[in-house]
Amino acid sequence: MTKPMDQIGWREIDAGAVITEPGNASCYHTGTWRSQKPKYDSNICIRCWRCFVMCPDAAISPNFDKNIFTWNYDYCKGCGICAYECPVDAITMEED
Amino acid sequence: MGRKVGVEVSIAAADAVGLCDVDVVAAYPITPQTHVVEHLSELCASGSLDAEFVPVESEHSAMSVCCGSAAAGARTFTATSSQGLALMAEIVFIASSMRLPIVMFLANRALSSPLSIWNDHSDTMMVRDSGWIQVFCENGQEVYDAVFHAFRVAEDARVSLPVMINVDGFNLTHVIEPIEFWTKDMTQKYLPEFKPIHRLYPDKVVTMGAFGMPEIYTEAKMAQNDALLKSFPVIKQGWNELADLTGRKYSPVEMYKTEDAETIILGMGSICETATLAVDQMRDQGKKAGLVKLRLWRPLPVDDIKKALAGAKDVLVLDRAVSFGAANAPVTSEIRAIMYHESNRPNIHNVIAGLGGRDVTPDHIIEMLEMALADKTRGYNIFGVRS
Repeated sequence: MTKPMDQIGWREIDAGAVITEPGNASCYHTGTWRSQKPKYDSNICIRCWRCFVMCPDAAISPNFDKNIFTWNYDYCKGCGICAYECPVDAITMEED
Repeated sequence: MGRKVGVEVSIAAADAVGLCDVDVVAAYPITPQTHVVEHLSELCASGSLDAEFVPVESEHSAMSVCCGSAAAGARTFTATSSQGLALMAEIVFIASSMRLPIVMFLANRALSSPLSIWNDHSDTMMVRDSGWIQVFCENGQEVYDAVFHAFRVAEDARVSLPVMINVDGFNLTHVIEPIEFWTKDMTQKYLPEFKPIHRLYPDKVVTMGAFGMPEIYTEAKMAQNDALLKSFPVIKQGWNELADLTGRKYSPVEMYKTEDAETIILGMGSICETATLAVDQMRDQGKKAGLVKLRLWRPLPVDDIKKALAGAKDVLVLDRAVSFGAANAPVTSEIRAIMYHESNRPNIHNVIAGLGGRDVTPDHIIEMLEMALADKTRGYNIFGVRS
């Protein structure tokens, strides 16, 4: 995996700032942008998977062992789409 | 050596592009560039040039097609002028930032308004800071040779930058001149196969033109500027090898009768040929005058300019564009900045002339020089304005 971009010197940049390694956006933790954080209640959750489908950052993943969903806060920007889409209000946004 | 024929400069330039075995031509017609594109279209239609000719719907699309084509690893050419360059300007900056080696023939023409189809340098000065290599030509042979040099420099893996060949509209594009043509053998010897450093091809996935956060944008611009500065020795090498092949020697800065010159005229493009006659006239009258022709505008040959102007008492810079509201016209800005820290710097005078196709004769240049030497304001004058 390449370095985080705030550690790359100008001589290390590929000509034309071309990205030669696929998927290196994962080096950038967009979770640092977050001001609000989703709070998840598995007792209310009906496992409809709507939050999983709608998350624009693929930051929500299922934990099959525990039968719950988990949030990756490295990439969750706190956009609130999961809370908005949840049909049973199992997800609420609170200050981070 | 190829044959020497009398031919229109635009047609010769298009023939040179054909001889370079270009893969993609994407252009939109605009006066005075049209003959270049028309002739390339003819070459493609007749089957003598195996290239993809893309008749785009605008210049913005022309440069966009060129970016895609160069990114895919194809030898790419476009031509435009004035308003066309203005319309493609957005993508012009992208081409250089993405290090795409496109060659552009720019028929220099004034910008509207008032609408003018005639020659000055306001169009190329608009994209002065776009990061392209910018070369000026004085006559038809130089334009023809510049095409081969442009492809060679642009595609060199040490450079990989777009090159703009500046050709004065009508004054050069539409004149018929004796031009010595290259042969296929010469072209193949001079211009190697294009091997891009990065290209869009499924065997090795890359992303071009990606998003640049504040954490990386400064580094990207530093790298881009460094690439343009480092193209300088490759540009010179290209001209040196062109001299071995053709006997015609080009340099970033060229001097005419400057050895003992007290007064030096500095210009770019076809006005230099006129200035040569002015210098000859002044020499006949016993005046120590000389001429410095600036062929390479970007990257600017700073040390060569310092050396060329070192011995002079007075320098007259002929600008062919107005930088509205600025302290100087564009070329003078650079010359004054370059010479500022020199211990024996000459007086640098600035005259703007030949706007929107206004004719400039050798007598005019002598008159400009007398006017500039008498002026102590150190500002700039627009020559020949009626009051």
